[in-house]
Amino acid sequence: MATTLYDKIWDLHRVEDRGEGVALLYIDRHLVHEVTSPQAFDGLRAAGRGVHSVSSILAVPDHNVPTKDRDRPNPDDMSAAQLAALDANAKEFGLNYIPMDDRRQGIVHVIGPEQGFTLPGVTLVCGDSHTSTHGAFGALAFGIGTSEVEHVLATQTLLLKKAANMRVTVTGELPEGCTAKDVALAIIGKIGTNGGTGHVIEYAGPVIEALSMEGRMTVCNMAIEAGARAGLVAPDDKTFEYLEGRPMSPKGEAWDKAVAFWRGLKSDAGAVFDREVTVDGSEIVPLVTWGTSPEDVVPVTGAVPTLASFEDENKRDAAEKALAYMGLSEGQPMTDVKVDRVFIGSCTNSRIEDLRAAAAVIKGRKLAGHVIEAIVVPGSGLVKEQAEAEGLDRVFTDAGFQWRDPGCSMCLGMNPDKAGPGERVASTSNRNFVGRQGPGARTHLVSPAMAAAAGIAGHFVDVRKF
Amino acid sequence: MRAFTKVTAKAVPFPRMNVDTDIIIPAKHLKTITRSGLGKHAFETVRYRADGSHIADNVFDAPKYAGSEILIAGRNFGCGSSREHAPWALADMGFRVVIAPGFADIFAGNCIKNGLLTVTLKQEEVDALVLAAEGGVAITVDLEDQTVTAGNAHYAFEFNPVHKKMLLEGLDEIGQTLAASPAIKSYEAKQAAKTPWLFGGNA
Ligand code: SF4
Repeated sequence: MATTLYDKIWDLHRVEDRGEGVALLYIDRHLVHEVTSPQAFDGLRAAGRGVHSVSSILAVPDHNVPTKDRDRPNPDDMSAAQLAALDANAKEFGLNYIPMDDRRQGIVHVIGPEQGFTLPGVTLVCGDSHTSTHGAFGALAFGIGTSEVEHVLATQTLLLKKAANMRVTVTGELPEGCTAKDVALAIIGKIGTNGGTGHVIEYAGPVIEALSMEGRMTVCNMAIEAGARAGLVAPDDKTFEYLEGRPMSPKGEAWDKAVAFWRGLKSDAGAVFDREVTVDGSEIVPLVTWGTSPEDVVPVTGAVPTLASFEDENKRDAAEKALAYMGLSEGQPMTDVKVDRVFIGSCTNSRIEDLRAAAAVIKGRKLAGHVIEAIVVPGSGLVKEQAEAEGLDRVFTDAGFQWRDPGCSMCLGMNPDKAGPGERVASTSNRNFVGRQGPGARTHLVSPAMAAAAGIAGHFVDVRKF
Repeated sequence: MRAFTKVTAKAVPFPRMNVDTDIIIPAKHLKTITRSGLGKHAFETVRYRADGSHIADNVFDAPKYAGSEILIAGRNFGCGSSREHAPWALADMGFRVVIAPGFADIFAGNCIKNGLLTVTLKQEEVDALVLAAEGGVAITVDLEDQTVTAGNAHYAFEFNPVHKKMLLEGLDEIGQTLAASPAIKSYEAKQAAKTPWLFGGNA
């Protein structure tokens, strides 16, 4: 029978069937960070249990590390306690661990692929919803809660119900000035934040194939924002090229054997998906969100929607609340919306390609005078080194943007990088939720090039005409 | 884990759609290294103004709903971040059941692991329960029968049998899985032959 990529990875990892589509699934790879793991390690200690497979784990702090002045004590005692807990647990259980002062430190979802820890065909979990990022490599990767973190640590398995198959095909060719971020936003704008609920989405079609690995990661990163359990892209030569020679990738004969195996990881020609959606890639334009849900997207050339345009009463109600929170009025052109802050970073858009795209827009220009702060936060220490080798840091600092140390930073209000109440942020992250970047902060999701352009102009602009 | 069989209690109506886990428990409160004590920060943006002052008549603190053990929520409840702090916070507030027209997958999974029951009903049924909750009617949720009762109205719901058994018996999932250790070991032996690079200590 013709099967999908998801079916194949699922079948490869079934330890035991438990009926009704539920199986005990083997987990190959486990990423651990400081926020969702302390209670799990505590649980193990309390029950006198150990870690099943130390070599399956990679631990790194990212969510509440400061992105500057790291040599000083952490300004937040509770953050410091969580970071210390990860440090102690990594030592006690003997984990592969990249501490805060290691040059490789960064966001878990940037580190995994960069170290070759993320590989095609594996099951990969992390106590973080954006684990879907790793699906770009054809890995079945998904976020789990702390109880599941403990379960994986102790047993190397999870009891899971199989999700349904969905395929999103992006046809045509992406126009100039549009990026993977616009593809991700366009898909969510079309299917909504629960469009993928209960499904694993395989992204396919010429636009996805043409994307770099970085771009594919951006698209899969936001699969969770479309409600999906995970996102997947079938591995191809680009995938193998990215992984070859990475520190944790297989080497020599094992590499050849692995590549031969990985080539079989794709949906069969006749495979049936429970749901199919097609997006015309050539119609995609640079997008920006106006509301407090990632599905609230409009072209930058468009305007804030009118309440009357929502037929569904619940949606109209939600839109009204969102407009009040965001301080926007119906019909306001997006290019009239002024920004107070710029954030270029997060596991969605902090890889080298993202920084290059932002720098290309910024080069030789200056940050708008009224912008309080614009920060560029590389996804990892290695991305930072690469960017500095290319001189990108100078492009940013010459323009008045700050160049920081790697971490989650202003993607969420857990570390010192926050936006104040009412402040409007052009952000390359993935969530524009109420209070996500700090209490009362207003987030607009955009691509790195669009965020950079907004910082220079002081308001949203169409990067194609910039 | 505390077993769940049946609850009869008042309910808090909060039918807003797309309530994400950042609303349930804002990120700045995730810095705990224990599981308890999150309830006081739950739904902070609903209960407090940006300046920190308390909004007295919010549904979560209104005297009328004191002692509620059921939350009536909107479509796509629990979307966003996978933080298990969301069900911990709900449980810490005293909730044992959330009823909604639909839940985000990760959130629903996290609830089961913490003995919190998520009941999916049709939008119109949830709408009726919102009215019942506002009217102070006690609602009964029976997991054994898979029914919700409010006054004369009865609604049936579907529930995964594996999860049902876990909740009814209050089972420790890790202990159960460890009982399958031989199967896990033989799986590993088989896979090590097929995909040796995953077991050869390359990582
Ligand atoms: S960058 Fe943001 S979305 Fe990504 S892991 Fe960190 S907090 Fe989560």
